[in-house]
Amino acid sequence: MRIVCPFCGERELGEFTYLGDAKPQRPAADAGEDAVYDYVYMRDNIAGVMSENWYHGGGCRSWLKVTRNTLTHEISAVEAAAGAGAAKVGA
Amino acid sequence: MMAGSQSNRLANGGLIDRSAPLSFTFDGKSLSGFKGDTLASALLASGVKLVGRSFKYHRPRGILTAGSEEPNALVELRSGARREPNTKATTAELYEGLEAASQNRWPSLNFDVMSVNQLFAPIFVAGFYYKTFMWPAKFWEAIYEPAIRRAAGLGRAATVSDPDHYDKAWAHCDVVIAGSGPAGLAAALAAGRSGARVILCEEDFVVGGRLLSDGGTIDGLPAAEWLARTLAELASLPDVRIMTRTTLFGVYDGGTYGAIERVNDHLPSPPEHEVRQRLWRIVAKRCVVAAGALERPIVFAGNDTPGVMMASAMRSYISRYAAAPAKRIALFTNNEHGWRTVETALEAGLQVAAVIDARAEVSPVHRSLASKGGFPVLHGSVSGVDGGKAGVRKLSVSLTGGARAEVEADGLAVSGGWNPTVGLTSYHRGRPKWRDDIAAFVPDGAPPGMVAVGAANGAFGLGACLREGFEAGSAAARDAGRSGGTGSTPVADDAAFSLTPLWHVAGKGKAFVDQQHDVTASDIELAQREGFESVEHLKRYTTLGMATDQGKTSNVAGLAIMAAVSGRSIPETGTTIYRPPYVPVAIGAFAGHHRDENFHATRLTPSHHWASEQGAIFVDTGLWKRAQWYPLAGEKDWLESVTREVKAVRSGVGFCDVSTLGKIDVHGPDAGAFLDRVYINTFSNLAVGKARYGLMLREDGIVYDDGTTSRLAEDHYFLTTTTAKAGLVMQHLEFCRQVLFPELDVQLTSVSDQWAQFSIAGPKTRDLLKQIVDPTEDLSNEGFPFMGAREVKLRGGIKARLFRISFSGEMAFEISVPARHGEAMARNLMIAGKPFGVTPYGTEALGVMRVEKGHVAGPELSGTTTASDLGLGKMMSTKKDFIGRVMAGREALVAPDRQVVVGIKPTDKARRLRSGAHIIPKGEIPGPDNDQGYVTSVCFSPTLDQWIGLALVERGRERFGEIVHAHDPLRGEDYDVELCNPVFYDPDGGRQRG
Repeated sequence: MRIVCPFCGERELGEFTYLGDAKPQRPAADAGEDAVYDYVYMRDNIAGVMSENWYHGGGCRSWLKVTRNTLTHEISAVEAAAGAGAAKVGA
Repeated sequence: MMAGSQSNRLANGGLIDRSAPLSFTFDGKSLSGFKGDTLASALLASGVKLVGRSFKYHRPRGILTAGSEEPNALVELRSGARREPNTKATTAELYEGLEAASQNRWPSLNFDVMSVNQLFAPIFVAGFYYKTFMWPAKFWEAIYEPAIRRAAGLGRAATVSDPDHYDKAWAHCDVVIAGSGPAGLAAALAAGRSGARVILCEEDFVVGGRLLSDGGTIDGLPAAEWLARTLAELASLPDVRIMTRTTLFGVYDGGTYGAIERVNDHLPSPPEHEVRQRLWRIVAKRCVVAAGALERPIVFAGNDTPGVMMASAMRSYISRYAAAPAKRIALFTNNEHGWRTVETALEAGLQVAAVIDARAEVSPVHRSLASKGGFPVLHGSVSGVDGGKAGVRKLSVSLTGGARAEVEADGLAVSGGWNPTVGLTSYHRGRPKWRDDIAAFVPDGAPPGMVAVGAANGAFGLGACLREGFEAGSAAARDAGRSGGTGSTPVADDAAFSLTPLWHVAGKGKAFVDQQHDVTASDIELAQREGFESVEHLKRYTTLGMATDQGKTSNVAGLAIMAAVSGRSIPETGTTIYRPPYVPVAIGAFAGHHRDENFHATRLTPSHHWASEQGAIFVDTGLWKRAQWYPLAGEKDWLESVTREVKAVRSGVGFCDVSTLGKIDVHGPDAGAFLDRVYINTFSNLAVGKARYGLMLREDGIVYDDGTTSRLAEDHYFLTTTTAKAGLVMQHLEFCRQVLFPELDVQLTSVSDQWAQFSIAGPKTRDLLKQIVDPTEDLSNEGFPFMGAREVKLRGGIKARLFRISFSGEMAFEISVPARHGEAMARNLMIAGKPFGVTPYGTEALGVMRVEKGHVAGPELSGTTTASDLGLGKMMSTKKDFIGRVMAGREALVAPDRQVVVGIKPTDKARRLRSGAHIIPKGEIPGPDNDQGYVTSVCFSPTLDQWIGLALVERGRERFGEIVHAHDPLRGEDYDVELCNPVFYDPDGGRQRG
């Protein structure tokens, strides 16, 4: 599998580490135990198009949001995580 | 003098170099061949027909094919460390001095004791092992399996380490093409002309595919001439790379292809500094599969007799290698193409005994060929073969209409039609589709970017191969963004092709479907009767197609027979799943250079070479080599050395390289706020110039990692992690920064390799440091108090980071210098520390002192413990949110009966403790119900002069002073220990603050 890193270009799978579903959002501090429990444990097992967190540890150390079909491994979109890169420097 | 006469070598022709004779041995007998021969063609040219014994029945076997689909002609090639079993004689290139030995026979190929198995053949049917050797169970490992393995099997692997090197490489291109027959070459021409970067993989050592054996006319030129012209043109194109001896064996996601290049398999051993094989990962925008088709056998009694050969293989031996597989040849065919073998044989001056054609009609052209050649055309099927290890003698023929005939011949060419090689196109779980007109499976779609052309796509005519290949080549180049002109398509005629499907001829005697695994037609019938009708069951029950050839010549015939006996059609019966690799690939090639000491990268600490000079014993911790202890002359064991090191630190001063800790610089106005969210305790309120111990949790509330973080400036923290988690913590922190908290203005920089860090510990630490640090730096307790952290200048001007932190419990500092000064720092500490008796200490002494001090480490941060379990619950801030906060509050994680860290001491002071022992209430019989925890870390404490340890024990902190039982069934030890405060040494911490 190959992933097009927005910073480094197309690179092979070995440079990346998979984390999991990118959809669940970390609950706010006051959200309560049930919400955090859902966030930590209640993950969907998606057969089809999924938005995933990948880490380009073998390259620029960016976290990427990768849209991938888990059935075909087809990757339809890759975008950098909101805080990736050095965008805030000098901003 | 050249050994052995090449009795069956034809006087003329062939792509062999008669000026380059080569001698070789087969089972110790000296034979000869020519450059350009394979081992198989050289054996045939020397008149050798018997080359091996079969897997189960030890039947005599010959050479069936001329390619990588060969099931029978497997040999042990080379000797000693390079001995390689199950090497196909049909693809092994001949070289001077080649040594080959037949397999699976004893004492010799001609007289094989185990061929007695043939007499028991009626019981060696499918499922025999499962049915027969079931009872008694304990006999399986001791008796049955070793006996079976000796009797049934293939070659012997070398018993010593492989002396050769293997390489792994990447290649990138627009179009990768598998196969260099007419379709592959046409594709390469079209793509290459349009400017595409092309890689053409050919598993043979010569380019041309079937053109080399079957000839033909292309663009009005004889095939050989067209081939030469085409190769010259391809060579002139700037970005066309032809890789011979290279098999494209697998397809992976994202247009990645696996290929194995046999770089030096054609030589006795690789030249110096060269690899034997190279594993390629080829990334291509498009892939054209022009891998051709494999001729398939017809199953009939005695079809495994030496001398029975695929018709197309026989053509190859005659035309390409000028080796006559037989003197008097018969052909058994069900299709037009089989007849080409007759033409080739006649042209080479060989006798043709008869053609047995299963079709109702034979073309007028072939009829006249028969009358000119003076041989009969028999309508019917071969139903039996007379002959043994000396090869075919006579054929029994069942004529259409029921009469019988006999044909005397010493070779039989068989053609059952063609099976397109649908492997590559089906490796992504694609299923090929059935085409009735050619009675074969063809690709039905392919992985993204891939297309099959020519014979691999069921187009068997030369003209069609060229057209399909050329079109696919230009389309692939276009898709890859290359727009250059492609010129004109090579043109050839399409010969007629007609076929009457025929899979199995009924007859008396064993009729083999899978010759390598000795699976017969009756095994398949038996499997059907016993309910193993699904092809996946059929395969596993009979082992059809599971040998090293993966059933290339047998799978389709097997499922056709299954279809017939189960009353279904062939497409209904279906195929098994296709999986790579297409040909066996040596594990060595997958490993490449990553073996032995290069299995993984090795990281050396900055002081490694110095430590090595001191005679340090090193221990592998992850990728690192760390000094474990520094033995001195006369010390009898590690314990004596470690005890000395600990005492030296506790009474004087010692130092230890701790550079392996993960080190991260945290910069930015929100650095403090960021650390507050990832640690359970607060860092935003840490004063500049101070250090603080931090603990981080996973989001599920379990402890993740710990370390010391220092604030070097208002917006600059220096964070350390454990050695083991260095990379993972960096990844985790980047996740927190980029994904969870993108609003924070903070940046992380890994500086693990930038700083050499040493722990300097012991009451004389300050005395030693004063010799190292610039005299203007105040190291007094007031000027540099416990948990102080700041940059200092060293004597000589180098800037260092100094931290007053202690893992040993002694007055201690950690000092960081740029990594390039690490070794000098170690040497200077030894020189400057001489007056104080400075002692370098290793990870063992480090571990002893941390256990004495009750500090938790890896064994306690086990992925199951909470902060509170470790006695660090009070560090959890209640004034802020942090990773793991909510989940750490779950009922089970705060339950009062959790196993928590305690100290243990044996009641018998002389007893040695061992990690892993279970803690059981005193007086109770050990069992899962009263298992209250286990011992995590132990050491011999020189300070207390006895073994001590840390354990995780239920309600442990309430039970100090209680005697419990340590039960160690693994080592057969049982003894009593006392639970106690885990801080054995200096519990009020006076020494480290002193």
